[in-house]
Formats: sequence, structure tokens, C-alpha cells
Amino acid sequence: MGLTLGYLAFIVILPLSALVLKAAAMGPAAFAAAATSPRVMASYSLSLKTAVLAALVNGVFGFVVAWVLVRYPFPGKKVVDALVDLPLALPTAVAGIVLTTLYAPGGWAGKALLALGVHVAFAPAGIVVALVFVGIPFVVRSVQPVLENLEADVEEAAASLGADRLQIFLRVVLPSLLPAWLTGLALAFARGLGEYGSVVFIAGNLPMKTEIAPLLIMTKLDQYDYEGATAIAVVLLAVAVTFLLFINGLQRLSSRRGAAV
Amino acid sequence: MTTRPASIHGASIHELVTAARAVAAPAPRPARRTSLASTRGQIALALALGLGTAPASPALGAEPAKLLNVSYDPTRELYADVNAAFARSWKARTGQDVTINQSHGGSGKQARSVIDGLEADVVTLALAYDIDAIAEKAKLLPADWQRRLPHNSSPYTSTIVFVVRKGNPKKVRDWDDLVRPGVSVITPNPKTSGGARWNYLAAWGYALRRPGGSEATARNFVAKLFKNVPVLDTGARGSTTTFSERGLGDVLIAWENEAFLLSREVGKERFEIVLPSVSILAEPPVAVVDVNADKKKTRALATAYLEFLYTEAGQEIAAKHFYRPRSAAVAAKFASQFPKLSLFSIDEFFGGWQKAQKTHFGDGGTFDQIYQVK
Repeated sequence: MGLTLGYLAFIVILPLSALVLKAAAMGPAAFAAAATSPRVMASYSLSLKTAVLAALVNGVFGFVVAWVLVRYPFPGKKVVDALVDLPLALPTAVAGIVLTTLYAPGGWAGKALLALGVHVAFAPAGIVVALVFVGIPFVVRSVQPVLENLEADVEEAAASLGADRLQIFLRVVLPSLLPAWLTGLALAFARGLGEYGSVVFIAGNLPMKTEIAPLLIMTKLDQYDYEGATAIAVVLLAVAVTFLLFINGLQRLSSRRGAAV
Repeated sequence: MTTRPASIHGASIHELVTAARAVAAPAPRPARRTSLASTRGQIALALALGLGTAPASPALGAEPAKLLNVSYDPTRELYADVNAAFARSWKARTGQDVTINQSHGGSGKQARSVIDGLEADVVTLALAYDIDAIAEKAKLLPADWQRRLPHNSSPYTSTIVFVVRKGNPKKVRDWDDLVRPGVSVITPNPKTSGGARWNYLAAWGYALRRPGGSEATARNFVAKLFKNVPVLDTGARGSTTTFSERGLGDVLIAWENEAFLLSREVGKERFEIVLPSVSILAEPPVAVVDVNADKKKTRALATAYLEFLYTEAGQEIAAKHFYRPRSAAVAAKFASQFPKLSLFSIDEFFGGWQKAQKTHFGDGGTFDQIYQVK
């Protein structure tokens, strides 16, 4: 217990406190000005929207991937299972460059999509693509173990009591998966909110249009505006923490309900 | 039926993953990576060179010396050559072996690393403003550093030119063609890239210099130009890649040396250089970082290193790497490589870097206004 706390304090709380302290030294007026200029506001909105969208996409498809990996035997399953973790291991810059090459107007996916009138690279859609890529392991790896522990006889029991497949899924499987699924979503979202390396390559980085908040932090640092950078970082941190707490609350709620069922 | 707390491999991993990935991510990760990687590279290089040279020179008594040159992105090839030539000349003069380690990156990022404690003996950056920042924020060298060496402490100059696709299909001849509808222009973000600031000011200066030009027409011109920019990369190399590898854009606005490198490296069959009627005189400055050099007792060596850039040999190496030499003799030798251009300086049109930075690239400056008036 003491070790855990000490470790977390050193690795997590210390740097974060330094961040907050630096921001606190600014004074409220300077902080508000730095954290809410139009360009910064536009970047929050973009970062939030793309992170939410990517988390939802991963929520659906990550769930499907986890489901298939747990429930269906197929050749090469171990390899596919290992593939899921790759986005965590790959340097994000590499992911960004690969995705950009693929989705740029000259790349093969980009060319096909452009023929349909869809811009992916250098547009907000490109940011979502990158965030989906880096976020997928979080959903799959959160849902998978819980799904594995969900025993088939519970479903059989439900079936024997006359539930149809949809009922079984909605009333038996889903409630017990919900907390894990929400955790996965929250992690994917939080990761997406702060993701920098892969996004800067594919985003296009146009102010007010495709400029994400973490890029603005880097930009401020390059202008020697340490305080402005800190202000944005603190806002992002606050959003991420609020969101994680909110999801934690939801989880508690749903597991209580789950226990009642 | 039980519901377990969701976990990847246990709750503590969760917390760590969340903390490390989500919360710490806004910290300047790539900058760290660059400086770490380059530091590690330097150590490796220093070790390799140190092992290689140590047995060769014990007789002369002079301890092998080391210098760290913190430079910007496109100078890799230039300083690789300069360092080898200087080491030879220094050895011949003093008998001492010298190893020069290099660090490269975006000019602003590099300056920040030095401010944050990277112990550079000399800095060779893209613009004076970045060295000003080191003088001002960390007081590592005096504020009047730029008067210490000839030619505003810029041993070589460069300018801003256009690169177009082979055959120049969009018929781009001059700055006016960049604001035409349907012409797509690639340039990096002037907030993060030193080169991009030169690009921006070159366009601004061109509009200002036209008959009837004023601050207002210049602002309009640059705003129109940026409407044609589909991607803003963070650095000059990024833009070069976007243009050459992604195939985006009809025109790349670039450093002259970068443009030459592109047309040589990627081959003349794909790109052409177009010289605009007027452009800006870009002066990438160099300076000894006094405090660091004194601490490491390398000031004489560091000064000699920078002075070497002004020698005939140094100037010739610069010209070979497509930087315009200051020496008239070397310039004459490379005259065919550097066509004459009408160039204006930043002092002439913009009142120096401090002022230009504030007016154009500071928060709420003209660049911000272009994107915020919607």
C-alpha cells in the first residue's frame, strides 16, 4: 500500500502538481486569457469532438473484436490477438506517417476516398482515423477479460428460462460487460485527447480548423510561452480527470444495478 | 453473477496506463524524444570517436577537446563537412584533437533546449530571434551577441525560393501566382518553424514593395496566400516531405538550400526551382554561448570554430551545401549556382527580428489575425 502510494506520488502526482503549480503562479486573468483565446477554444472543441468520435467508433468495433476473439475459434487467432496491442507498441509518429501516406490524396486509400469526395488526411476525419488507431487496444483489452469470465451457462440458463437471443444479450451479457466497456471507452477517449505524435502528421494543422490542443501546447512552447502552454495543459488535464471520474461514477452505478439483477 | 472491475491485466496497470498515456501526453513528448535521442546519439558518437582517437595523440599532451554545436534542421549535411574540416585545421594548428557533436531540430525547439540546460558551446540557428531568446531568457550570452562576428554574425546567407513540379504545370513565375485561385501552396507553420517565418516575411515584403504597396495590401496578400495552403507542417523538413512524398501542393516555398537539396536528392526529373523576382535575405546567425563555453573552458576553441566558417575553406563548404557565401572570392567561384536576386533584409522592412516577431508571429499578431477573421 505504502509502496503503491509512494510510487504513484513520484511518477504521477509530482509532475502533475508541478504543472498545476506553474499554472497557479500565472494569476487568474492571465490564465483565463491564455486558456480561452479563440484559437485555443477552437482546438479544444476539435480535440474533444475527435476524441469522443474515435472513442465511440472504438467502442463499437473494439467490442466486436473482443467478442469475436473470445467467442469464436478461428485459425490465426493468437496472431490477431497480438495484433490488437500493436498500436501501443508502435511509436506514434510512425503510426502517423503510415496513416498519412495511406490516406493522403496520393496514397491508395486516399485516392479512392477522394474519388468519392471524402477528404481524410489533412481534415478532421484524418484525426479521427489516427485516434481510432491508437485507441483500439484500450477497448478490446478492457472488455476481453470480462467477456472471458462470463460463463456460457449463465446464458444457457437464461435461454432455458425462455429468453430469446436479443434478450439474453441486452439483459444478461450487456449489463455485466458495461463497466468494462465504459472503462475502455474512457481510456480510449483520454488517450485521444492527449495524443500528439500520430495526429500532427495527418491533421494538416490549420489554425481554427485542424489544429489539436496538444499541438497548440507545442506551438506555445516553441514561442517560449511556457505559461500559455501550461494553461492549455491544465485545461486538458481537468477535462480528462473529470471524464475519468464521471465514467468511474457511471461504472459504480451500473455495477450496483448489475449486482441487483 | 458477479461483475468485476474491468482491467487489462489488473487495476494498477489501468491506472498507470491512464496516467501515463492520457494525462502525461500533453507534455512536450516529441521535443523530449528529439533531444534525448540526439543526446544519446552524441554520447554514442563521442564514445566511438573518443575510442578511435585516444591512442593516436597522447604524445602531444593536449587533452582531446569536445564541442557541442546546437543547430537547426537543414544544416545536417553542412556541419558534417564543416566539423571534419575544422577538426583537421585545428589539429594542424594546435596539435589538439577536437570532436564536434551536433544536435539538430527545429530552430525554436533547439533554442529552448539550450535555455533549459543543453550545454551547447555554440549555437547555429535559423534566425537571430532564437539566439536573442537564449540571451534574454537564460542570460547565457550578452544581448549584443550579434555584433561580435562580421556580417551580423551570419557567415552565410540564404533566401526563399519556390519549388514546383517538373514542367511547372501551374505556370508559377512569381509571388503573385501563389495567390491565384487553384494554386495550392505548401509552407510550414510560422509559429513553429524558423524557415516558415522567413517565407512569411518574404511574401509580406514582396507585397509591401509593389507599387501602391502598404501594410494593408501586404496583409491582404499574405491572407490570400494562406487561403491556398492546405497543410501547415511544424517544420521545414515536414513541408518538404508533404510536397515531395505526399504529392500535395503545386508550389513549395522553401529555403534555397533545401530547394537545391530536393532537386538534387529526389532528382531533377521531378522538381524545378523557380526564383521569384524579389525575396528576403535570410541570415542564419551563429554565436558562442559564453556561459557554457566558460564553464567547459572551450571559449577559444568555440570562437575559432565559428571564425573558421568565415575562412575561405569554410565559405567554400557553405557554398557547396547551397548556402550563399559572404566572401566575394568564393561567391564569384559559385556565381553560376546562385543567380542574382533582388533581396531585401529584415532590418530594412521589418525593423529587426524582435519587432517582426511581435507584429507578425506573437499572440494576436498578423498570422493569428489571418486565421481568426472568418
